[in-house]
Amino acid sequence: MRWDIVYNNLDYLLWGSFPDGPLGGIAASIMLAVMGIFGAFWLGLGFGLMRLSQSRILRAVAMVYVEVIRGTPLLMLIFWFYFLGPVIFNYHLPEFESALMAFIVFTGAFVAEIVRAGVNALPGGQMEAARGAGLTRIQAMRYVILPQALRNMIPSFVNQFVSLTKDTSLAYIIGVNELTKAATQINNREVVAPAEIFLAIAVLYFLICWVLTAFSRRMERHLARYQARGR
Amino acid sequence: MGYQFNWSLVLTGEYRDWLLDGFVLTLKISGIAGACALALGTLVAIMRLSRVKPLMWLSLSFTEFFRNTPLLVQIFFWYFGSEAFLPTYVNQWLYRQDFEFAAGTIALTVYSSAFIAEELRSGIFSIPKNQLEASRATGLNFLQAYRYVILPQAFRIVIPPLISQLLNLLKNSSLVMTIGVMELTYQARQVESFTFHGFEAFTVATLLYLAVSLTVSFIITMYNKHFLHQLRY
Repeated sequence: MRWDIVYNNLDYLLWGSFPDGPLGGIAASIMLAVMGIFGAFWLGLGFGLMRLSQSRILRAVAMVYVEVIRGTPLLMLIFWFYFLGPVIFNYHLPEFESALMAFIVFTGAFVAEIVRAGVNALPGGQMEAARGAGLTRIQAMRYVILPQALRNMIPSFVNQFVSLTKDTSLAYIIGVNELTKAATQINNREVVAPAEIFLAIAVLYFLICWVLTAFSRRMERHLARYQARGR
Repeated sequence: MGYQFNWSLVLTGEYRDWLLDGFVLTLKISGIAGACALALGTLVAIMRLSRVKPLMWLSLSFTEFFRNTPLLVQIFFWYFGSEAFLPTYVNQWLYRQDFEFAAGTIALTVYSSAFIAEELRSGIFSIPKNQLEASRATGLNFLQAYRYVILPQAFRIVIPPLISQLLNLLKNSSLVMTIGVMELTYQARQVESFTFHGFEAFTVATLLYLAVSLTVSFIITMYNKHFLHQLRY
């Protein structure tokens, strides 16, 4: 076993060639994941609310988006944005941005389902009471339903963030500088220690994801105490 | 946009055959990995529920580790790293077979089995404890209670999430293209690089994935409507 190779390249795995060159390694992976979940939140919130709207057209549009994206492999989506975006729009996005777009669109579909499930999980009396108090449907959503529902959704968002963090490894395939790419670069250079290198980055991903998962489980238990319930 | 569509290119002749071969290989690797993952996942779930502490800890660390690391990294680990920890004769034997396919199948199996084990476990846990107590009180022994009361109910609850895990497996199988298994995504890439008509090739590939996913999830929805509402506690 040649763990010294992992040790000597640890800084490259953690932040790439950062101060002197582009950010890479796990720092770039986390950046992709954070920017991705941020975009996916707003996209998913929009589509999730469309899914709940009273207009049949909006509902249908949101349903098609969610079902199509969830039925397609993420890798396929990454290729669509990277290779086929230029074909249609005549404009070539850099690797990082097109991977980010793919992550946002992909995760957005899952967030939309979380939003829908979260709003539906609130007892119907909340909406009825808010409407009864004279709020319009949109006001009721904005001031009564969403503040409660979004809070209950936090654990699901964290889980989605965890799977997005794992999915950022796919950005390697189109050549984004992140942890998996750093590992393959080191592996190509050193050749003799593939098992050690890939085990090491698996542990790096694991640490992030596992800490967050444990956190979301605790929060789930905590939030369950304050939920509005039906009778 | 200066792009000339040429649909007949991917719908007839050699390139269509490439895509179809890829689709068949996708179904094959997902099928094999799915069957193995169900078996391994059941084993891991049973270990988790057992009262032997070391088995429980082993199963727990198995699911936690494989669920929280990226599949792509696992694929690379099995493909590039298997030499370091598998015995030499196993590796020799694997190299003589289709090694890419074997490594891809192992990675997909292990990854999916961790998720399947969690679904099975939560399915069994979701049966209220008094079901077990009641069946014990009526004179069934522990195994009989599981066999006749708990598992039949747990199984019905678990089927929809299990099938959606298998669908995830089908979609995840696209990742094995990175180690050169010639499945659907790989073939779509091939057609793209041979003809520069990636748009058509990727459309066909996406539609094939979608066809399988949407058909199956439609069936799950129907199943949920017909069977799951009967379960009320």
